[in-house]
Amino acid sequence: MAEMTYLQAISDGLRVEMRRDKRVFVIGEDVGVYGGAFKVTLGFQEEFGPWRVIDSPLSETAIVGGCTGAAIMGMRPVAEMQFADFISCAWDQLVTVAAKQRYRAGTPVPIVVRLPSGGGFSGGPFHSQNPESSFAHIAGLKVVCPATPEDAKGLLISAIEDPNPVLYFEHKHLYRRLKADVPEERYTVPFGKARVHREGDDVTVVTWGAMVHTAGDAAKELEADGVSVEILDLRTLIPWDKKAVLESAEKTSKVLVLHEDTRTGGFGGEIASTIAEEAFEHLDAPIVRIAAADSPVPFSPPLEKAFIPQVDDVVKGLKELAAY
Amino acid sequence: MAIAREAEPVSSLHEIREAGLDREDLLGMYRTMLITRGIEERGHILYKQGKIPGSFYTGRGNEASSVGVATAMGGDDVGTPLHRDMGVHVTRGVEPWRIFAQYMGRADGPTRGRDGNVHMADSKLGLLAMVSHLPAMLPVAVGCALAFRIREERRVSVGWFGEGASARGDCHEAMNLAGVRRLPIVFICDNNQWAYSTPTHLEYACETLADRAQAYGFEGVVVDGTDVLAVYREAKRAIEKAREGGGPTMIESLTLRMEGHAVHDDAFYVPKEMFEEWAKRDPIERFRSWLRENAALTDDEEDEVAASVKKLLADAINRAEESPLPDPSSLTEGVFATPEDLDTPHHK
Ligand SMILES: Cc1ncc(C[n+]2csc(CCOP(=O)(O)OP(=O)(O)O)c2C)c(N)n1
Ligand SMILES: [Mg+2]
Repeated sequence: MAEMTYLQAISDGLRVEMRRDKRVFVIGEDVGVYGGAFKVTLGFQEEFGPWRVIDSPLSETAIVGGCTGAAIMGMRPVAEMQFADFISCAWDQLVTVAAKQRYRAGTPVPIVVRLPSGGGFSGGPFHSQNPESSFAHIAGLKVVCPATPEDAKGLLISAIEDPNPVLYFEHKHLYRRLKADVPEERYTVPFGKARVHREGDDVTVVTWGAMVHTAGDAAKELEADGVSVEILDLRTLIPWDKKAVLESAEKTSKVLVLHEDTRTGGFGGEIASTIAEEAFEHLDAPIVRIAAADSPVPFSPPLEKAFIPQVDDVVKGLKELAAY
Repeated sequence: MAIAREAEPVSSLHEIREAGLDREDLLGMYRTMLITRGIEERGHILYKQGKIPGSFYTGRGNEASSVGVATAMGGDDVGTPLHRDMGVHVTRGVEPWRIFAQYMGRADGPTRGRDGNVHMADSKLGLLAMVSHLPAMLPVAVGCALAFRIREERRVSVGWFGEGASARGDCHEAMNLAGVRRLPIVFICDNNQWAYSTPTHLEYACETLADRAQAYGFEGVVVDGTDVLAVYREAKRAIEKAREGGGPTMIESLTLRMEGHAVHDDAFYVPKEMFEEWAKRDPIERFRSWLRENAALTDDEEDEVAASVKKLLADAINRAEESPLPDPSSLTEGVFATPEDLDTPHHK
């Protein structure tokens, strides 16, 4: 074990795979000499050389399309979007080409796109988004949202190993705030297996990414009221661990779904409707959804605070559910 | 004044020998062009008979261009041919019956009924299946070249695009990255002068599209796309240059789309004189005359080729019609790849 930040754990996972597998390479804007906007690939170019740590032009379409071609030729590309928001420029390559190639043409596209995402630091409308739900809707893409350093490393290695296009949403707010023990050796964290972040009996929170920690803080506050909160960290949205969610819903009979992506059309709706379809008779209260407002991510701190679900919002939702 | 170089025609058997083809190769190309046109003519009939669902596209007029380029590719080279490039599939060895099965949405088509018309490719033959969105395959073709460059393999990628699709940003991003990194790729522009109903002057304002190559730091060439040997020679030069580390080339191959955009389109917007003028430069007829003049193609040889192609296509249609329709219960199979899918030569 070694103590690592969430960011160091991502770097470590990537380095481990690049050392182990010559097919793995990194491409993105400023990933080489500069080490990436957030320094995830700091020192990589010295170790792996300029043709495995490739500084690309400002060209998201060429980055993702290029990764797709290279993957079909047998490489294991890892693309970095400077910010998750810029993935919109490569939508077509992901959704039109990469996601559908296996189904149509039988050719797998094993690429990973790393997406520094999330708000909380006045990044404004174009440097703060959590667009995971948009991609969860596209057949053929996998969606990964690690919440802890250990998962950040293990899920990244799984993503590189996976024979499909994988969107790896790394939350910027967690980069340097989270620190924990991470195994030094290579390991994988399987997709589609939720992690019980906290065990409880009275209410279940289903969430992922940075909101796992918001939920954790809220759960602590509810301890004083004698309410025991279970927190399920989904880890991956595609595939998602339906079984774990339904089991927890059956156990506590009360569910709160929480995400930092916006509310309408968000993945929380999918979870809530699945619970309603398959565990209705176990519920003692309507499912509560807490998500970001249906607006662009605002810049000014009080606005952004109102946009992103806060601990207080979750506390309020949990109390209402507990009292129902 | 155009910046791009204009390719010369090939004027003798000796010249084409120097470019790497002997008489037998030439007869093979002639046969491939006949098969290419034959597949599309018969496809058109099947369509009218109601045997092909959806829409139907042909590349009539582009046979020389597609066959010329594909003939210049090496066995380990790869490419992303488009909807006018049937000749590439045929040259690389796709069996015609599988193409008819694809047209008819059968289980034995290369996409097993998951996609239609020319949206197909056999990856074992080094081809990547096109998507509708144009020219979204150009960045992908660049990615293939990037893989070759990273691994220092002497392989080349070929990316096709239409003159209409040259207007989209994918084209720019692909060419810019290829230029910056001097990747082993050849860009082929099928300039058939129409993008659906849109003429060239509403798609681009430069004199030739090949002129743009200079802006990306590589060479541009304009070639008569009805002249299979000229296309072949330019493609061969460009591919070998890329293989030797000389970076990308853009070849603009000029033709006319000899039919509507697809079967539903009667091309009323194309001036009649334009069709008449280009009909005189029919690529197959041109090559046939060239072979008679320069390579002593005989009547017997012509008859033999025509008969064998006819039989091949008739058998192919029969075999395709025997292929079953896909089973609806397989609907969601293959949305995601499994680790076993990576067990291909590319992924070793
Ligand atoms: C991005 C995109 N927009 C629109 C279309 C619809 N469309 C199909 S082919 C075509 C014209 C393409 O013209 P060109 O690139 O010159 O190729 P051609 O069909 O002439 O070979 C259009 C508009 C498309 N396939 N992709
Ligand atoms: Mg055109």
